[in-house]
Amino acid sequence: MKFRIYRYDPEKDAKPRLQEYDVALDPHDRMLLDALVRIKSIDESLSFRRSCREGVCGSDAMNINGKNGLACTTNLKQLKEPVELRPLPGLPVIRDLIVDMSQFFKQYHSVKPYLVNDTPPPEKERLQSPEERDELDGLYECILCACCSTSCPSFWWNPDKFVGPAGLLWAYRFMADSRDRDLNERLDNLEDPYRLFRCHTIMNCVDVCPKSLNPTQAIEKIKDLLVKRTV
Amino acid sequence: MKLPSRRFDAVIVGAGGAGMRASLQLAEAGLSVAVLSKVFPTRSHTVAAQGGIGASLGNMSEDSWLWHMYDTVKGSDWLGDQDAIEYMCRMAPQVVYELEHFGMPFDRNPDGTIYQRPFGGHSMNFGEKSVRRACASADRTGHSMLHTLYQRNVRARTQFFVEWMALDLIRDAEGDVCGVTALEMETGEVYVLEAKATIFATGGAGRIFAASTNAFINTGDGLGMAARAGIPLEDMEFWQFHPTGVAGAGVLITEGVRGEGGILLNSAGERFMERYAPNLKDLASRDVVSRSMDQEIKEGRGCGPHKDYVLLKLDHLGPEVIMKRLPSIRDIAIKFANVDPIKEPIPVVPTIHYMMGGIPTNIHGQVVVPGQDGPNTVVNGFYAIGECACVSVHGANRLGTNSLLDLLVFGRAAGNFIAEQRLERRSHKALPADAGDAALARLARIDGNASGESTATIASDLRKTIQSHCGVFRNQQLLSEGVRKVLELEERAHRVVLTDKSRVFNTARVEALELDNLIETAKASIISAEARRESRGAQARSDYPDRDDVNWLKHTLWYREGNRLDYKPVNLKPLSVEAFPPKARTY
Repeated sequence: MKFRIYRYDPEKDAKPRLQEYDVALDPHDRMLLDALVRIKSIDESLSFRRSCREGVCGSDAMNINGKNGLACTTNLKQLKEPVELRPLPGLPVIRDLIVDMSQFFKQYHSVKPYLVNDTPPPEKERLQSPEERDELDGLYECILCACCSTSCPSFWWNPDKFVGPAGLLWAYRFMADSRDRDLNERLDNLEDPYRLFRCHTIMNCVDVCPKSLNPTQAIEKIKDLLVKRTV
Repeated sequence: MKLPSRRFDAVIVGAGGAGMRASLQLAEAGLSVAVLSKVFPTRSHTVAAQGGIGASLGNMSEDSWLWHMYDTVKGSDWLGDQDAIEYMCRMAPQVVYELEHFGMPFDRNPDGTIYQRPFGGHSMNFGEKSVRRACASADRTGHSMLHTLYQRNVRARTQFFVEWMALDLIRDAEGDVCGVTALEMETGEVYVLEAKATIFATGGAGRIFAASTNAFINTGDGLGMAARAGIPLEDMEFWQFHPTGVAGAGVLITEGVRGEGGILLNSAGERFMERYAPNLKDLASRDVVSRSMDQEIKEGRGCGPHKDYVLLKLDHLGPEVIMKRLPSIRDIAIKFANVDPIKEPIPVVPTIHYMMGGIPTNIHGQVVVPGQDGPNTVVNGFYAIGECACVSVHGANRLGTNSLLDLLVFGRAAGNFIAEQRLERRSHKALPADAGDAALARLARIDGNASGESTATIASDLRKTIQSHCGVFRNQQLLSEGVRKVLELEERAHRVVLTDKSRVFNTARVEALELDNLIETAKASIISAEARRESRGAQARSDYPDRDDVNWLKHTLWYREGNRLDYKPVNLKPLSVEAFPPKARTY
């Protein structure tokens, strides 16, 4: 199978290049990550992140034939050759397919991604009805792979000011939690022309999310809460 | 060469469930803590746990921690230490409630309490019938738990060193631990991290096997570092095969599927577990189910063109239960097995999943070795928690849901114990002059080798060797041959060649360093297995088919130096209740 892979080693390369690989795959090589591991067994200088190999850790997000996705859950059969692999767009490249995700995590951290409830907890669990718990479905499953934020033009232009789809999805996950007591502060934190309102509902985030989540919908719900608050 | 050095009260190696539960206690107690991780914390392998956390909340069926304790002792085939097991089962409800208070999105019952599902080997009233004890967040419990712990650490302002790999333990002349050497992957720089308490939470090492549910990062780094520093490894012959890995892919399918009512079928469409475990059937403990599946396959009742797997049927649960309680399982089956479990069964085989052994510790997480104070002499400054540790609550076989529980209970206990030492008032011990030597020598060896084989070649041969010589069924010939092969592989690994000498994010160098740790883990496992001439829990020997309490009711200790073996007694004395004496184990 034929691949064209973005290569850049800051110690050797003045600028990035695309390297072609033609590898004989094993019948057991099912996913793109299997092919990458095979290529690395031949050329160990090829660098990429990977861990769980089942789509739950979020390590191996990359740009695959022009679209962001996880290598470990992308079936080789669905890929057109030569398969072109590039690092996630918009973030600084450290080496080959490995990007510097600091800005992405900084935005995630900026939304206070933890439950806030200063009332002393009961001896047992805080009660939550199944309906209240259902509100968290489609939100808490995010794996922080950054496929969404790095496919978003608003995040490309303003990665330091726009929280981006992943961070906003998490922001809403805590707003939607019946146990959280910080809604007002959370809304204050986002009521800003950039942090929230740079989202122009282009919906690339929804298109690429490997967990089939819908950050755009979460963003709309935050906007609704802001409107409701002013009324 | 003098390495740049940084000082902390505590250094934690590993940011999975155990590491982050400990760091939370320490950061909230105001200590300076550094948490090192090879990957961003939420990418640690705890994230892949699916089914639940065991705790006798009794939300959906009557339950007690004593029943949980009995099930765990029985599950361990009496090799677990009953003091540690009592402590874990008693603490279980509290650590689950804490997680809930931290914000973990557990599934809920109509009355608002945490949802619990049945799980393998967990029973009511000392084995009478199945109990609902596994506290679940759909089939993503590990993911929910790991993210919640990370988030709580963000709130506590814990200092993470992301994409740092610990290389070697630093011990002084008195044998006390003073910190670790570590590689910053992005720059290739090596540092000394000095600590008054060094806590290993490095997880498992399933990557010594060819077919494993484990992530690529599970390479036994803590075990390798401990072994090289002269610390023995305990009960390393006990490796758990999870009954339901996707055939061919190895990806985990939670026992929660059977907890929700899924069943295993052979090629005749027979629910064969009824024959092997008439009481708990498909929810017998994992070693029993895995061996039964292997037996079915061996006797020609496997499914598929090669008759080499069995089927996990769950379509009868209905789409609603599957979509609500097992959504990720459906996703995994579609992606990795090409079947939609709403309509068709999933092909599954027993797959390596968990290491019951590890670095020997007491219930405070302190590492203990034979020494002047008896078989459990404390190594000053050194702690181990989670899968890399052997406390031992799992003994010869772990019950499902007790792994996440182990991380929480002992991560928290070690954190509290260390916080009580008031380390902030103490000064660091003087660093030995040779502090960085071991790590630098390894790096120099790997960089300097000119003729030899690649990491990929040697690691692949190691995985094949352990898979075929240290599997579900073992015997003397297989094991002895396996020991010889692993020792040959150690020689080959010593000559591993690194063609890429660059510094920036050199993952080839990281893999070569990991290979050293895989080799130590593999040696410990197969040498301990060869010596243990009995069948107990996960160790099944066709030449010694019975449990032998007279000769083998004891923990193995393997030392790297000379591959020496030693043994120490099992603690059959609980903290406060009557002991559960060994008896025949049936489900």
